[in-house]
Amino acid sequence: MNPISKPDFMPVEELRKMQLAKLQELIPYEYERVPLFRRRCDEKGVKPRDLVTLADLAKFPFMKKTDLRDEYPLGLTAAPMSEINRFHCSSGTTGKPICIPQTADDVAIWTEGVARCMAMYGITKDDVVQVSYGYGLFTGGLGAHYGAERLGCAVLPTGAGNTEKQIMLMKDLGVTVICCTPSYFLHLATVAEKLGVDFRRDTKLKHGVFGAEPWTDEIRERIEGMSGIQAHDIYGLTEIAGPGVAGNCPHCHGLHVWEDHFYPEIIDPDTLEVLPDGEEGELVFTTLDRRGTPMVRYRTRDLSRLQTGQCPCGRTMRVMDRVHARSDDMLIIHGVNVFPSQIEASLMKVPEVAPHYMIELSSTDTMDRFEIKVEVTAETMSDSMSAMEAVRKRVAASIKEIVGLSPKIMLVAPGSLPRSEGKIKRVIDNRRK
Amino acid sequence: MTVKQISIFLENKPGQLASICRALAKENVNIATLSLADSADFGIVRMIVDDHVKGCEVLGRAGFAVIQTDVVMVTVPDRPGGMAEIMERLDAAEVDIEYSYAYALGQGDKAVLVFKFDDNAKAEAALA
Repeated sequence: MNPISKPDFMPVEELRKMQLAKLQELIPYEYERVPLFRRRCDEKGVKPRDLVTLADLAKFPFMKKTDLRDEYPLGLTAAPMSEINRFHCSSGTTGKPICIPQTADDVAIWTEGVARCMAMYGITKDDVVQVSYGYGLFTGGLGAHYGAERLGCAVLPTGAGNTEKQIMLMKDLGVTVICCTPSYFLHLATVAEKLGVDFRRDTKLKHGVFGAEPWTDEIRERIEGMSGIQAHDIYGLTEIAGPGVAGNCPHCHGLHVWEDHFYPEIIDPDTLEVLPDGEEGELVFTTLDRRGTPMVRYRTRDLSRLQTGQCPCGRTMRVMDRVHARSDDMLIIHGVNVFPSQIEASLMKVPEVAPHYMIELSSTDTMDRFEIKVEVTAETMSDSMSAMEAVRKRVAASIKEIVGLSPKIMLVAPGSLPRSEGKIKRVIDNRRK
Repeated sequence: MTVKQISIFLENKPGQLASICRALAKENVNIATLSLADSADFGIVRMIVDDHVKGCEVLGRAGFAVIQTDVVMVTVPDRPGGMAEIMERLDAAEVDIEYSYAYALGQGDKAVLVFKFDDNAKAEAALA
């Protein structure tokens, strides 16, 4: 076992003690240095000294993405600039970005999180790791890069884009691990096929470290089936660190949260009450060690669950369910609540359908129009109109069964839907708000 | 005679057929005949070209979804009743026609049609 994995197996009592001790340092630090946090605590009538047990954390106020926007650029920064070592920003889809300055220790802890995920996947210093996440303000590229270097891997920092060259380098350098978004890997696979490159035959690829966008088990199975690699889930968000907050364990279906650094809670998004382990709700994180931009009870908007019971791998760090949806991704179509992940899962149940799709919503005078565009592939293509109509009907039936709605299924030309080198956008909602 | 037909997916937007034909022309692939099948939202172009291997390759590279299918070329006497005789023989052999279109190059007093049958071999035997 790599020594970096040692904390993964820390006895639970020791872990809880450590979490409490870290919180008892963090809360006064944040209270002293971040006016917004102090104001909110005062409004609630809660003082740092009120944190006596871990359960007392529930008395403290939440932070949200809007707080990061409102306090842009440095309102939530707790450390002086002389201590800051790195900035990361997330563009956000609307208006102002968010800015997360980090100290050298913050970067080191984040790096450790990524390295522990990779070690858990079975990646070692003998691996050649291609980082195809975007480098720069986005945390994906540098996060994966530092994590892989920390493990002692040979790192190939291709960044995103220039896909044909990426495939050439992958072959020529014997790349064994690729880090990118699941949607970029699907794009890479399409280009590889066009170039006549078979991942099994022509490359040494064994692992994919996929994150930065929600994806379903069905897409994971597709990826593993088409390429013969193990597709691992790495979870994280810029507000908390970047990728490497949690990673999926080969022994269970969930992701171990590195809760010695990132303390998780699940809350009911409506009542904001903390839910017991085992119940699904919104994931909330507190950064136990971060000093640049500490986050106390940050609401991720990601829906998940903390599993109960012990993982057979022996890791004591709690396991969260794969995040298949963000609470703000939910669509209401004809009065039905639908998550894009449900649509993806039902599409992938039709084996010949390409993993490239787009959900489009628009409104007419009287009602919503709900369309799903699906790319035609060599598998779906037929000389027979009725065979192609049958594919369309199978897709429609699968969606009807899972989602309970009947969208119009449009077959479109291969490669005609947008590809993404970063986070893909699969929903276009042009309905009048 | 069995020949290879290439079928190409046609998205319902302007210029699609033109770009298929242009891609083939650039590589000197000649179209002998073509037929269009369409629904409200998409279409399938079926064509016979002089070099189907090259045709498929050219269109695949240009990003089209393209497949090859076996079809049967049937020569029909160009006179009243010519087609009826052919159909009767196919009926007798219990062969179903999936689709059919005319081959552009007629041969004197004969017309040539392209057929896709549910069982091409059986159809050819019936017409032999």
